[in-house]
Amino acid sequence: MNEPNPANEPANEAAEAAPAAVAAPAGMVRTTLRSLLRSGPATAGLVLVAVHVLIAVLAPLLTPYAPTANAPDSALLGPSAAHWAGTDALGRDVLARVLYGGRYALMVSFAATACAVALGTVVGCAAALKGGWLDDLVMRVLDAVLAIPPILALLVVVTVLGAGPAVIVLAVTIVYAPQVVRVVRAAAMGVAPLDYVTAARARGERTLSILVREVLPNIADVVSVEFAMRASWVVLLISSLSFLGFGANPPTPDWGLMISENRTAMTVVPWASLAPIIALATLVLGLNLSADGLAKAWGVDRVKEAR
Amino acid sequence: MLTFLTRRLLSAAGTVLLASVLVFAAVQLLPGDVATQVLGQDATPEAVAALRDQLDLNRPAVLRFAEWLAGAVRGDFGTSLVSGEPVSGALWLHLRNTLLIAAATVAVAVTSSIVLGVVAGLYRDRWPDTLISSLTLAGMSVPEFVVATLLVMALSISVPVLPAVVLDGASAPVADLLPAVVLPTVALSVVMTAYIVRMTRTSVIDVMASEFVTTARLKGLGAWRVVVRHALPSALLPTLNVIAMNVAWLVGGVVVVENVFNYPGIGKLMLESVHSRDLPVLQAVAVVGAAVYVLCNLAADLAAMALNPRLRTGERSTR
Repeated sequence: MNEPNPANEPANEAAEAAPAAVAAPAGMVRTTLRSLLRSGPATAGLVLVAVHVLIAVLAPLLTPYAPTANAPDSALLGPSAAHWAGTDALGRDVLARVLYGGRYALMVSFAATACAVALGTVVGCAAALKGGWLDDLVMRVLDAVLAIPPILALLVVVTVLGAGPAVIVLAVTIVYAPQVVRVVRAAAMGVAPLDYVTAARARGERTLSILVREVLPNIADVVSVEFAMRASWVVLLISSLSFLGFGANPPTPDWGLMISENRTAMTVVPWASLAPIIALATLVLGLNLSADGLAKAWGVDRVKEAR
Repeated sequence: MLTFLTRRLLSAAGTVLLASVLVFAAVQLLPGDVATQVLGQDATPEAVAALRDQLDLNRPAVLRFAEWLAGAVRGDFGTSLVSGEPVSGALWLHLRNTLLIAAATVAVAVTSSIVLGVVAGLYRDRWPDTLISSLTLAGMSVPEFVVATLLVMALSISVPVLPAVVLDGASAPVADLLPAVVLPTVALSVVMTAYIVRMTRTSVIDVMASEFVTTARLKGLGAWRVVVRHALPSALLPTLNVIAMNVAWLVGGVVVVENVFNYPGIGKLMLESVHSRDLPVLQAVAVVGAAVYVLCNLAADLAAMALNPRLRTGERSTR
């Protein structure tokens, strides 16, 4: 809050709109990091997510096994020195598949979340700034999209366009952008009537530059929390799709797919199912903890949000 | 009040209508010829032509939609491409089975989440709250298919008391299906409870800090009475919306869980229609799902109105 304020954005106005948001980005990052690190659960969440990203990147260095190498002679083995988490029905090393398994989930989820949040933010801001018939129209259409349960909508899109990473990113964007729009629109509505936006309008600035220079910096907190929270749901949704057989294609190592492949052999090799379950749960837990931590650090209320 | 009701009903109907336009458009107008999509790339031209005829694809989409809508309103969703029988028969049968799970889940999840949320809110930052909040976070972090898989592992395989996989068909009598309802209900309730508890906890904390609760306390009312008669009704108001949203999620969650248990509900019907590219069934399930969601939201709004005197009288005084 004690950062010198650039340009002509009165600091007290911004503070009124979002009490914890600070206009200067560098200061915001520093204050947020400090308050995040002070909160134990938030730190744990960020560490969990970071560990998952590191494992996904470094997977080839962490295990000598290839995740898709079949070995019929060593199928359905329990945990041993050679295979720490045992092997699955095709003799593939479970640990290797779990380590590699985060790649698909993380990449597709990150791309999908980024697209949904970006699209939702632009549409939400536009609806809030323009208002009038555009706003009405957007909200009507969104209500209709929101009315179709996400997984049903995803299945319809996947049936029509076929499963594949690009289609899933597109489908998740369609399904989750409307919810982002709602949240961002509400936040932008709080900023739009403030004096510095009026001043920018009076100066004759175009909507795009008002959006980028006046509105976005002041709703960055809401958008970031939205991103972390959506990410956790997108990971869940995408793993559910994989589980149902519409995500990653075999033999791609993917947690949802692994759980679905190995659950029939659960009594024989429980770790083949348990290991991907633990990996998936810790990633989502990390995202949830980070979202909670960010929300608390910025004073954004995330409990009331829709799924 | 009556105007408000009519407006709310009209807008709900409009939303369902728009949602069915979107579903219809997605299924019918997206890239490629639907008949080729259904039959695959190497279908003979005659087969494609025959299917185009059967689907009426040679007529304008708007006309087809109008006809489909006219039928849908009367409960006729066309003919299944796979079985050749009316979609509605299978649809209602599977919907009935799913409603068994959904009703049980809503009952269990709402009750337990309100109890847990109130306890967590009242004991804020003490051990019951810490315990409940940690469990909640855990519940939010595992997808429903994982809970379902773990349940199968724990209950049906290790301690075989409940059926892990349902062998009954969709038309089995309700009494036969009841044992099969238990595990899906538990799986869905765990996840759903986790989401509702957070809201209940927050609103209980808010309400307990409000002036009217302080007044009730200062009047010398017992703690139980303060919570149940004064705090709870206001605390439940914001929770209602979250419950409605979760029911919408339930329609999707049920797809995954039914698949794990092989339960013959709407989710399994949907998955089968996806696999066999049975578009009329797919379309019907998606639209019915949207209708269920809108109905739940409507019910939540009406319940909120009934619970909140300000909403009721506010409407009246503006006239």
